[in-house]
Amino acid sequence: MALDYTNNAFVRFDRVQKSYDGESLVVKDLNLDIPKGEFLTMLGPSGSGKTTCLMMLAGFETATHGEILLDGVSINNIPPHKRGIGMVFQNYALFPHMTVAENLLFPLEVRNMGKSEREAKVKRALDMVEMGDFGGRRPAQLSGGQQQRIALARALVFEPELVLMDEPLGALDKQLREKMQFEITRLAHNLGITVVYVTHDQTEALTMSDRVAVFNDGVIQQIDAPDVLYEQPKNSFVAQFIGENNTLEGVLEDIKDGVALVKLDNGDVIDAKPVNVSAKGDRTRVSIRPERVEFRKDRLKKGAHLLNAEVLEVIYMGDILRTRLNVAGNSEFIVKTRNAPDQTRLNAGEIIEIGWQPEDCRALDA
Amino acid sequence: MSDTTIPLIAADGTPLKRKLAQSLMRSRARAFGLALPLLAFILVLFVYPIANFLTQAFYDARFATLMPGTTEVLKDWDAVSAPTEEMAAALVADLVVSKKEKTIGKVATRVNREMSGTRSLFTKTARSAKKLEAPYMEALIKKDKDWSDIEVWQAMKTASRVYTPAYLAAAVDLKMLADGSIVRQDEDRRIHVILFWRTLEISFLVTIFCFILGYPVAYMLSTLPARKSNLLLILVLLPFWTSLLVRTTAWIAMLQAQGVLNDLFVVFGLASDDDRFSLIYNKTGTLIAMTHILLPFMILPLYSVMKTIPPSYVRAAKSMGATNWTAFWRVYFPQSVPGIGAGALLVFILAIGYYITPALVGGQDGQMISNFIDFHMRKSLNWNLAAAMGLVMLVFVLFMFWIYDRIVGIDNMKLG
Amino acid sequence: MKTIMSLTTASVLAISAGTAFAEGSITAVSWGGAYTKSQVEAYHKPWTAATGNTVVSEDYSGGLAEVKAQVESGSVTWDIIDVEKSDAVRGCDEGLFMEIDHSSLPNGADGSAAADDFIPGSFTDCAVANIVWSTIFAYDSSVMANGPTSIADFFNLDAFPGKRGLRKSPKANLEMALAADGVAAADIYEVLGTDEGVDRAFAKLDTIKDSVVWWEAGAQPPQLLADGEVAMTTAYNGRIFNAVASEGKPFEIVWDAQVFDVDMWAIVKGAPNADLAMDFLKFSTATEQLAAQASYISYGPARKSSAPLVGSYHSNASLEMGPQMPTAPDNFSTAISNDFEFWADNQDELNERFNAWLAN
Repeated sequence: MALDYTNNAFVRFDRVQKSYDGESLVVKDLNLDIPKGEFLTMLGPSGSGKTTCLMMLAGFETATHGEILLDGVSINNIPPHKRGIGMVFQNYALFPHMTVAENLLFPLEVRNMGKSEREAKVKRALDMVEMGDFGGRRPAQLSGGQQQRIALARALVFEPELVLMDEPLGALDKQLREKMQFEITRLAHNLGITVVYVTHDQTEALTMSDRVAVFNDGVIQQIDAPDVLYEQPKNSFVAQFIGENNTLEGVLEDIKDGVALVKLDNGDVIDAKPVNVSAKGDRTRVSIRPERVEFRKDRLKKGAHLLNAEVLEVIYMGDILRTRLNVAGNSEFIVKTRNAPDQTRLNAGEIIEIGWQPEDCRALDA
Repeated sequence: MSDTTIPLIAADGTPLKRKLAQSLMRSRARAFGLALPLLAFILVLFVYPIANFLTQAFYDARFATLMPGTTEVLKDWDAVSAPTEEMAAALVADLVVSKKEKTIGKVATRVNREMSGTRSLFTKTARSAKKLEAPYMEALIKKDKDWSDIEVWQAMKTASRVYTPAYLAAAVDLKMLADGSIVRQDEDRRIHVILFWRTLEISFLVTIFCFILGYPVAYMLSTLPARKSNLLLILVLLPFWTSLLVRTTAWIAMLQAQGVLNDLFVVFGLASDDDRFSLIYNKTGTLIAMTHILLPFMILPLYSVMKTIPPSYVRAAKSMGATNWTAFWRVYFPQSVPGIGAGALLVFILAIGYYITPALVGGQDGQMISNFIDFHMRKSLNWNLAAAMGLVMLVFVLFMFWIYDRIVGIDNMKLG
Repeated sequence: MKTIMSLTTASVLAISAGTAFAEGSITAVSWGGAYTKSQVEAYHKPWTAATGNTVVSEDYSGGLAEVKAQVESGSVTWDIIDVEKSDAVRGCDEGLFMEIDHSSLPNGADGSAAADDFIPGSFTDCAVANIVWSTIFAYDSSVMANGPTSIADFFNLDAFPGKRGLRKSPKANLEMALAADGVAAADIYEVLGTDEGVDRAFAKLDTIKDSVVWWEAGAQPPQLLADGEVAMTTAYNGRIFNAVASEGKPFEIVWDAQVFDVDMWAIVKGAPNADLAMDFLKFSTATEQLAAQASYISYGPARKSSAPLVGSYHSNASLEMGPQMPTAPDNFSTAISNDFEFWADNQDELNERFNAWLAN
């Protein structure tokens, strides 16, 4: 689906600030546009302000400053029940004193919908999450995954255009979580709804979202599509937070033709792509993804800088091999290689040379 | 297959089922052993004395033990025909003995309960019983003409029953006649039924008031951050730590005609100085003071239940389009019902048995059934009637539990 | 005055002697407050001085429930107890008290035999009277300048508006109601013995029922008066006297149709120190002790021979105690003597009727 990032955002945060105590800001000057139909994930460590943003959007918290617009209309003063936003809660918040069907009927009843229409919608919603036979059960009689589906169906049954999800999969085990991740994205795209999804699980964020907004310290650090976020982190927080990452510290020597020359702390010099460093002599932290490190010289470009490395440990993981190296004083340097028939097997104690494409090695703030 | 019918055998050769039962038995015995001291404590110091006391509600062997001959003869009397010489002879013989044994007071008190004014008849007659000679009936009537009154003999017959429904009947304003039939008490002596109803009414109102006042407080406590709610909880519990008498006395100072509240009413022109509100020494005083004293019993179960209701339920309801009221009424309130049930039952049952507070601030129309149980325990010494009233109360409370179980379900009650 | 002097010496002696040869101890139970204090000063201290035995004083609030519980459970800790006459009789009937041989009581100070010296009604099978107390009614003279003078005024809401305090019990109320209705003191119980008489008494009470504040403990009426909660109230005369004498309250007692009764010592059956308790009973009901007690509280001595010895209030030498007594001639002309026999016969029925009357 082609998303319209240019005109009339469906959801807009306009210079939004939030403070609980009047002394510190939990959300600092947030600007965010979400186009219709997007699956946007707010990702970040706990306390980074992502849930607060979600609650402000839902109407359970008020913005201290700034405006939140929904479909072009300011909703700052609209109470939650008039916003028409569906929501899935962390622990599902299924009403324990009602059956599954009654739970789903609830949003329709408060809208004074006719009986036959209500029942048709409930049936459709239950079928949608493959829970058609469970209408008469109580939430307590369902498993975690089933409760999750019901919560989802309940948030969707009144056909909201915007659905908020607050860590909805946090309580599920790994396998179920992966299955639900897939189902939620499938449903969201089929229905064409806009989803704002909050999680602290980066894998979840990467696999489900159209775009991911990485929060830290009340500020969006980077907002991009998952691949961009992973491959082109804009600062070292994002690089660290998303995926596995090797870092080497040093000083920026020079930038020539878009390539930065970095002198590492042990004296070695490497090439890197300058991202948010510019001045010579700045401390910098270079970041290389483990799977982009190469120790077969035949696969490297000519003239690439090579570094000596000592193999400390090789961990066999089935589909991949994880090799821990000591590189320029960093003994937690990881290299991931595909377990292919032609792959060289390294042994602990070996001294090898490693290298990478300069564009895979990003010089970021220290 | 054939081996499905062969019982499984444990390692030492005994059947597995028996082995399992043995091991379960041991752990059960251990658990029972741990509970035994408490069980014994409850049985010896709680169940036994109460049961023992309550038997007095229908067991009274005083007359039969002290006047054995008369009791024997009265058994054959139909309570309608004229008292016989044989009865008179037995009575005189018993009176002689009881005078000697100094038990005549007990006998007289017992018969006096059935018929007022007979106490002195018995004590006086007993004093000279030794001198009476046959024919005894004539001698008795000569001594005091009241002996010719058949009602005296009927009262004795009633008193001679060892197992008697008379006290239980009296507890509900009925009266047992000598022939065993039961009729309503004279109109100007009916008191207990009115009191049972009033006790119910006051307990019910107190429960309602506690609920109305306690629910918002419990809700506020459950939504505040822990530090503040703990502080406020201490304030809620404060009445618990104050002596009941101190609290009640404080209410007297607050509510009396020249008290703080009435002074304020006068200052604000809500009452004129010579026509102040009667807030104490009546039902109003009982209601106010009891509501105050029992409020924590409503707030605590409510609070502990409300604390377990996550705010996300109400938020979820609102996100689905429910107004504040709908979210509260359809989502929050039903989930707080177990707390309401526990709190209401607790307050109601405590209120039913309350007596110091109504005694001090209740005046004439704020008295409850317990005040009369107390009256018969301490003042009139009619422990049998006190036991009968207690038994009626107990049966009623059990009945309330049963109703509650039928309507709300006892396992739907949460105390914490 | 002389008595007080000798008493003081005695109590000083008691302190030194008591520790030197304390032989035994009894537990005496009484009503507490100023009343128990008067007994401690007039009975306990001199007895300790004279015999070396000590008295442990305990308070109770009347009624026989505790005694009954002790006797029936066989663990009696109380020896001697101060009871109302009706309870003394009932306790005796119920077998809670020991019988007393009244001939063993000492003669009066003037030489008269005990049986003649004690006022009529002082002996029951199990008890001996020590004081005469009275139910009177009182008002606050600072509020009512021209106060009531007769029992009829108490029931006259038109002439004397305001709330009335009454004890929540038929006793004394029914008598006073009949007296206010014009029945002579001597005929009260005869009238009350008939159904019409009871109806008449309740009808009279009906006239003020809506203005009544009911009290139960003796300490309440002076408080009700002081708080302005009632315009006038029935009370025990000693309580009102105490409020006047020691707290300076401007209360006035109206003696018309006072209902007087005796309080009595009784010895609990099975008392652990019954012999000592009997010795204490004889000692404390002697002429001097009863006269000395009158210096502390305005309850009259049960012995006639004590009357001439009654002095002035212990803390105020100018306050003569004689005129404060229920038995003082000026107070006594319309007095009603409480008929315990009548109440023993009829209290169950009248209590029920009273309670039903209250509740409706």
